[in-house]
Amino acid sequence: MSVATPTTATGVGLRFTETAMEYPDGTVALSGVDLTVEPGQFISVVGPSGCGKSTLLRLASRLEEHTAGEVAVDPSALAYVFQDATLLPWRSVRKNVGLFCELRGDGKADTARRVQEAIDLVGLTGFEDHFPHQLSGGMRMRVSVARCLTVDPGVFLFDEPFGALDEISRQKLNDDLQALFHDRKFAALFVTHSIAEAVYLSTEVVVMSGRPGKILDRVPIPFAYPRDPQIRYSEEFAHLCARISTSLAGKEH
Amino acid sequence: MSTETVGASALARPAGKTTRKNRKGSYLADFGLPLLVLALIIGFAYFVTYVVLAEDRRFLLPPLHEVIQVSFLDADNRNQILEALWRTTVIAMVGLAISVLLGTVFAVVMASARWLERSLFPYAVVLQAIPILALVPLMGFWFGFGFTARVIVCVICSIFPIIANTLFGLQSVEPGHRDLFRLRGAKPGTVLTKLLIPAALPSVFTGLRISAGASVIGAIVGDTYFRQGDPGIGILIDLFRSRLQSEQLFGAIIASSLLGIVVFAFFTWLSRRLVGHWHASGRL
Repeated sequence: MSVATPTTATGVGLRFTETAMEYPDGTVALSGVDLTVEPGQFISVVGPSGCGKSTLLRLASRLEEHTAGEVAVDPSALAYVFQDATLLPWRSVRKNVGLFCELRGDGKADTARRVQEAIDLVGLTGFEDHFPHQLSGGMRMRVSVARCLTVDPGVFLFDEPFGALDEISRQKLNDDLQALFHDRKFAALFVTHSIAEAVYLSTEVVVMSGRPGKILDRVPIPFAYPRDPQIRYSEEFAHLCARISTSLAGKEH
Repeated sequence: MSTETVGASALARPAGKTTRKNRKGSYLADFGLPLLVLALIIGFAYFVTYVVLAEDRRFLLPPLHEVIQVSFLDADNRNQILEALWRTTVIAMVGLAISVLLGTVFAVVMASARWLERSLFPYAVVLQAIPILALVPLMGFWFGFGFTARVIVCVICSIFPIIANTLFGLQSVEPGHRDLFRLRGAKPGTVLTKLLIPAALPSVFTGLRISAGASVIGAIVGDTYFRQGDPGIGILIDLFRSRLQSEQLFGAIIASSLLGIVVFAFFTWLSRRLVGHWHASGRL
């Protein structure tokens, strides 16, 4: 294996080139991943548990370092939505959303404007002074997304953000995220366990194999945005889900 | 994105209402029952005074109304007790303040590196395990029998709960929150003030409530040992005992108990004010 080259800034977007990640104990989490996410692309990653899907995001955000190949991304344009909403429980919705501006040292007026914009955009107007423990799981995820929006991200990383939600909240958030993507045209890398969610949201679904994580199949999703929630029940949607499901199953046995 | 207003406000509001309603409903349980127990205890004390004890031995447990009469309604006696109590309070609070300062610094240092915790924490435990009474004469020997030595005794008594609870609080910060700050390139100082300290605050207050009581005990122990300078409440208690001034002895004991209760209540109130809006421990 060649020595890892450092992460380099590109314009906007995210590129993995022959990226590999091996833990010190010799476990290979990822090997030879080639993947580019351009602005306006929404790429979902599905795969069995422990296949390194989340590792992909942690490498992209430099929370962990790759051991071979290259990861190119502009870290200042990066936003990461975790599995958990990771809100600070002692801060109100407004102060949670404003955290990134605060850490960046933005001025008060500028912060207030960005925060209000983001809160309005995720549909939490009127909840600015609530605390996280007063919100439902879906609303907390919305706060988490709003917090990311305040830094105008060019690249959005999602780590199974809606996995813990009930089906109805999840669909609602999917609809809203899809609309947001259509509006903002950022580059999105979305990790999920739900094939239907992946197909509904994405421009392309990437299927990964179990350990070590490799890309098995890439399925372009042809539906135009904005997408009607009803496409979930179309025949073409079912075919795409079936194809992804088959690729997943094919390598698991 | 559109709103889930109906579901959301329905979710957010009743939570607040039910807690308030429950609180109202439990006033009787919160205050009535403990007061009943107090009445029973006082009744039992009167029973012992007037029925169990012979008249010439009644000074062992004087009746409550006489204790109040002599200790608190008599201006001279009351002032004597209150002045002594005040001196003890000042010593206890100075000691507590030093404990909070040193203890927090100690905990932050230990939380910053695993090896530091490994090397220092055993000594914090040892400090807790040493019987304080064994150290009190030594403190007097080293620092004289005045203010300094008494404050040091308070610090020794009260620093451990601060260290242990602050350290626990600092270490229980969620890894996801740390990642969040790391992703935004936050500096260590910012992580400390915006993440670690707020997250640790509920635990710090738990420690503070325990330490405050311990510091009062330390101050009274210090008083009792170090008999120089203006008397604190500890000296006074011993003085009243030796002079068989039984009513005043009990009055001084009640006063020092009230000090402990007030200090505990104050920190409970402070904790509720500062962390009660987000952490359950502050709402107790």
